[in-house]
Amino acid sequence: MPRSRFQKQPTEASITEPNREEKVGHPPVPVQQNRRPAESASSDAEILALAQAGDHHAFAQLYSLHKRRIYSLCLRMVGNVAEAEDLTQEAFLQLHRKIGTFRGDSAFSTWLHRLSINVVLMHLRKKGLPLMSLDEAMEPSFDDGPGRSFGAPDLSLAGSIDRLALERAVAALPAGYRLIFVLHDVEGFEHNEIAAMLDCSVGNSKSQLHKARLKLRDALHLSLHKEERR
Amino acid sequence: MKPDPNTMSCEQFQNQLADLIGAGVNLDRHPHLQQCDTCLQLLRELETIAEAARQLFPIQQPEDNLWERIESAIKREEGVTEQE
Repeated sequence: MPRSRFQKQPTEASITEPNREEKVGHPPVPVQQNRRPAESASSDAEILALAQAGDHHAFAQLYSLHKRRIYSLCLRMVGNVAEAEDLTQEAFLQLHRKIGTFRGDSAFSTWLHRLSINVVLMHLRKKGLPLMSLDEAMEPSFDDGPGRSFGAPDLSLAGSIDRLALERAVAALPAGYRLIFVLHDVEGFEHNEIAAMLDCSVGNSKSQLHKARLKLRDALHLSLHKEERR
Repeated sequence: MKPDPNTMSCEQFQNQLADLIGAGVNLDRHPHLQQCDTCLQLLRELETIAEAARQLFPIQQPEDNLWERIESAIKREEGVTEQE
């Protein structure tokens, strides 16, 4: 059996995740244990090549490596455990169908993220949520625009942000803002990576992130005011 | 006409802020921020929110049986493909 059906193999760097936390936890099939860092990347490339060649165990290993980041992304995007699991399942099914089309032009993790984001967006559209096309989602309407701060700062957020309030605020963001915020501030992608994933400019990614943070700031201030009134 | 960065109001600065950030302008040296604590505080709060997001959102683990669901779905799809 050929190692891969494709001429171009991903480079070692192309499959290396920005955050490889998927290695910990409990994979469904044995993943190579105690391997040295120098062996890690080449092993990852081998796993990918084997999965592309139709090796079921290699695909299971890819799932082990990437499941947490994909599930976390889905969960942040939809805010619902059952839906996030369904979307994770759909993302990996799509991966299984399309893995042969990955040619290593970008990092595998970036490619998989983009695929997963598209799965989430399609799901939201099917649900009939007021989700626009991806381009439009990057340009939230003025009505959704964040408030600004022209007066003296009345309340400092420093040291007062709790996880629940932030999670609620993120969940309440318009889809386009939430997408950028989750990818950059939660998932840790750089603007150039986000721009590549979402087919937008780096400047657009930066300015949308700023607007998303402004919306979150408004929501967190509101939450703090409510707490104070109690 | 664009307002003068040295004399612009907070409203004018904040209206431009998303574009300035998008354009990659170094805000540390912006004349308005040199003299405006309100807008400086606003930017610090936004950084605080970003930092909080990095610290407060852990990577989540899906249920252990999710792989079994995916594996079953793959086998179903492969079965359909073989029948075709």
